[in-house]
Amino acid sequence: MNEANSAPAVLDAQGVAKRFGAVSALTDASLTVRAGEVVALMGANGAGKSTFVKILTGALRPDGGHVRIKGRDSTVGNPADARKSGLVPIYQEPSLIPDLDVADNLRLGNTPVEPFLRWVEELGIEGLRLDDMIGDLPLATLRILDLARALAVEPDVLLLDEMTAALPTNLVEQVLRVVRQQADAGRSVIFISHRFAEIAQLCDRATILRDGGTVADLPIEPGIEEKIVELMLGAALERGHIVTSEGQPAHATGRTPRLAVSGLSSGPKLRDVGFDLFPGEVLGVVALEGQGQDELFDVLSGFRRADGGTVRIDGQEASFRHPADAIAKGLTYVPGNRAEALLMERSVRENIALPLLARIRHWGPIRMRDEAARVGEAIDKLQIDTRAQGEVQRLSGGNQQKVTIGRWIATGVETLLLFDPTRGIDVRTKRQIYPLVRELAERGAAILYYTSELDEVQLACDRAIVIFNGRVVDVVDAAHADEQTLMRAAYGLTEQDRAEAVS
Amino acid sequence: MMRLISKNRWTMGLFVVLALLFVVTKIIQPDFGASGVESLARASLPFAFATAAMAVVVIAGGIDLSVASMMAVASVTAAVLMQGASDAMAIPIVILVLVIGVIMGAINGALIVITKVPDIVVTLAMLFVWEGVALLILNAPGGAAADWLEALIVGGTGLLGIPKALIVLAVCVLVVWIPLRRSRLGLSIYAIGSDENAAFRSGIAVGRTRIIAYAICGLFAAMGGLSLTMSTGIGEPIPGPYLLASVAAVVLGGVVLGGGKGGLIGPIVAVFILRLVRMDLTLMSVDPNVTTIVEGTIMVAVVMLGGVLAIRSARS
Amino acid sequence: MTTLAPDTTFLKRLGRFMRDNPVIPLILLLIVLIGILEFMRPGIVNERWLGNTVKFAIPLAMLAACQTLTMLTGGIDLSAGIVATITSFVMATLVPVYGPTGAILLSLIPAILMGLANGIGVAFARVHPLIMTLGTGLIGTGCLQVYQRFVIATGSEVPEFLAWLGTGRTWGFPNALVLFIPFAILILWGQRRTGFGRLLYALGSNERAAKLSGVRAWQVYMALYVLSALIAGIAGLLYVGLIKAPSLSLANPLMLPSIAAAVVGGTSIFGGRGGYAGTIVGALILTVLGTLLTLLQMPEGARRILFGLIILFVTALYVRLTDQR
Repeated sequence: MNEANSAPAVLDAQGVAKRFGAVSALTDASLTVRAGEVVALMGANGAGKSTFVKILTGALRPDGGHVRIKGRDSTVGNPADARKSGLVPIYQEPSLIPDLDVADNLRLGNTPVEPFLRWVEELGIEGLRLDDMIGDLPLATLRILDLARALAVEPDVLLLDEMTAALPTNLVEQVLRVVRQQADAGRSVIFISHRFAEIAQLCDRATILRDGGTVADLPIEPGIEEKIVELMLGAALERGHIVTSEGQPAHATGRTPRLAVSGLSSGPKLRDVGFDLFPGEVLGVVALEGQGQDELFDVLSGFRRADGGTVRIDGQEASFRHPADAIAKGLTYVPGNRAEALLMERSVRENIALPLLARIRHWGPIRMRDEAARVGEAIDKLQIDTRAQGEVQRLSGGNQQKVTIGRWIATGVETLLLFDPTRGIDVRTKRQIYPLVRELAERGAAILYYTSELDEVQLACDRAIVIFNGRVVDVVDAAHADEQTLMRAAYGLTEQDRAEAVS
Repeated sequence: MMRLISKNRWTMGLFVVLALLFVVTKIIQPDFGASGVESLARASLPFAFATAAMAVVVIAGGIDLSVASMMAVASVTAAVLMQGASDAMAIPIVILVLVIGVIMGAINGALIVITKVPDIVVTLAMLFVWEGVALLILNAPGGAAADWLEALIVGGTGLLGIPKALIVLAVCVLVVWIPLRRSRLGLSIYAIGSDENAAFRSGIAVGRTRIIAYAICGLFAAMGGLSLTMSTGIGEPIPGPYLLASVAAVVLGGVVLGGGKGGLIGPIVAVFILRLVRMDLTLMSVDPNVTTIVEGTIMVAVVMLGGVLAIRSARS
Repeated sequence: MTTLAPDTTFLKRLGRFMRDNPVIPLILLLIVLIGILEFMRPGIVNERWLGNTVKFAIPLAMLAACQTLTMLTGGIDLSAGIVATITSFVMATLVPVYGPTGAILLSLIPAILMGLANGIGVAFARVHPLIMTLGTGLIGTGCLQVYQRFVIATGSEVPEFLAWLGTGRTWGFPNALVLFIPFAILILWGQRRTGFGRLLYALGSNERAAKLSGVRAWQVYMALYVLSALIAGIAGLLYVGLIKAPSLSLANPLMLPSIAAAVVGGTSIFGGRGGYAGTIVGALILTVLGTLLTLLQMPEGARRILFGLIILFVTALYVRLTDQR
């Protein structure tokens, strides 16, 4: 591989910054790609990777910095112009129109048909007809078609966002081979992936983002994985107080688990997940984005039906057709996206009292004093700032999150499903949420806690399961769940080690 | 692949249903023949145009509740202008009315794009506005239509006795639709209805495409209004029951509410099916009001079926 | 995320104030309109005029209650006017046979049936309420015409009691207030202080959040559309007492103003915001506006255009004010 590449930069982004309201998504992101290079763009969840990609591809306009493609300024406001300047992205979701056939999609994008078909064949897809409807093709094929469509216009820079995520192994190999050929032929590629093995095989350099800024730009060489993991995590930040319960861990008491899941599968992403959650326990769930954790929580909260596997609650098998069924069994859900959970135009009180009124028998007159007492209790417990009582959307993110949790505290918590409860909220509120979670557990609640911030496992959980590719790949006790271990496991590296040890 | 077949199968199925209905009609009324087909075609004409108008915006992922009101505006404009005008003047009048239709549709589309108010609300408000405009132009049924225009849709042609109305319909729809369907613009209309995000990423100007889709809807609505004036000889300011009928025909014709799927042939065949059902009921001397009920029930049932199917497909 | 940061633009502050207290600017608008009326035709605003205005505003306000309640969930009830017409017509034709009480009770049955049909379509088939209620309205009109042919011989009669309620006055106050004041209090109380009322706001604000909290939306929709049809039926009975001549299109002219009254009254057509208090003022505003337009000899067409534009303008303004990004 050509490390000593001194060719001029084809794509040069420097000091790119972007704010959304009060939140800085990017502060100082930079990326340089030269002709004939494959550069990996890496970063942990929330590092600003997706925002950076949107800016590079023209879907967002940056607040600061510049993006130059072949020396021309390219901070454009729409994808069409970015394409014209020579950068063609392949997004995680295919950008083909599902209700049109292949030929129409090509025509829509002004893609030449001959080279497209050649690339499709080259990439290992057989039997594609131009009158196949996009909506009828499997996801893996669509991603390949997206790639073939991009290659057919001979772009200067190809941006592949998690290109290999939904592909079977044989197609992955074809893609890697073709991408490498592109680079060898003098084109440039930006490669975004969670898979170290592919990056090691394919890339020349890696640019690493952390907290909205580029922290390193290193050549890929054997054994670089550990260094990259370290860079993505950053220096160990000032730690909160680690609150792990004393005495015998809840999962070792031999009691019936509150929630016992086995072999659970749903949709293409959730394949085979099983775990036991005991009363008094906080079980962490760690996974990279899109490894099936969303589906897991959706199934447990009654939003989605399982394709296979069992869910037992206190030893009894259960299945849910509606969230109301899950709630009746004591499974209450706090989703990651607060906009999904809150009545934004309504008051704190109405939001917290909502589950109390859900059943038909509570449709009548509300006992206002009783309600005020229960809501008041939840507000006190969570220290919700109620100065802006009127509408929940005027509260800060942290207070909004407290309201969604408070809703279930007002009804009494049995099993709480928390999906990334501290996403995008301030440090002070975070520090209030961890002890609260611990306290609820000590009072006998069972809590499933997905987090995208790895240090939270030691701050709030007793154990953690790690999900990769729709399966549980590791179970780690909080005592051993330092970020390094979790990150390795989440990237499937631990599993890889084991496989290597066996072979 | 399966859906490619099944999509055609849906339209084929509609043709079969239509054929069966013709057989039923023949059994009910043994002397049902060319003249029956002719009056069916004539009665279906405004419905067919309304349905074509609705189909275009539904394919683009929208809906236009003001279709019937725009037809009324076109109808009264034509009738008022043609009263006392010479036959030759009728041609520029027709063209003017079509242009007005395009403008009305474009206004609807532009309001949706600019105000960001949902299409259903904007077109509901515009339903009232266009209705008001029609009333201002002509506050009671009246006006006239050029004789040759009326003659254009009455009777059959020498060709196998195919009704003239059917030819007019085919020509008008095909002239607009065929060049559009295969063009990049037509594909864009399908694209924004199918997956707006993917369309945006593919570099389609979503807003502009939406406005054009509504403008085409307005054009078809204007044709519908003209056909009303042509078949009755007067302008009618109060819109007929074309809104619900067009939604029902669109759904029955295999265009999914939500966009991206279907074409114009299915919905237009569906119009003939719905009209023929009505005709059969009349032939069986069922009270016309009962016929209205049956028709309304069929339409509501079809729309509900469409809703259930949409839920199903969203789940799978 | 919006924080407690102070808003800077006047438009935003005005919007927030309007949203928090929609009734105050509406009452101001009402007073201004009455002022204009008095200015145009001095002496017109007297006790008698006030009584008449209130009398005509009440059936409108009741039909607008149907729109308000359904709009709180993000829906609409376009069949309300037809339900009102059907109920009044059926009632009037049944009086000679069953007497007033029996006729009134029987006449509410078709209303409930239409409400059930709307509810089923909205709750289970997830048809947009606008399309669904339009469809049932069409079927209802057909049924009414068929019904009329059967009862054409029996004649019709508006019961004394309804005429008293619709047109009479006591101490200068319209008797309709006897029905309307308890009705309004019930709705105003119910929308805030009952579980059902709260769920209407919840569904309109965020159906997914309501579902997540265990609300089964279909139950609420079913109950809502039946309730809406019942209210429409009662409004029809009151209106026929006011007009005193049952007809096949009795309440249809109220349809459009009833939507406009709810929208003008600050209820969001997208759901989750608003309430009946604003609607009542909205109904009064539209009634006064109607008088004003009549004075100006505004033709029917211009009226419709105006109503359409009001709906569009108010909704667009609303979108602007709430679009905080």
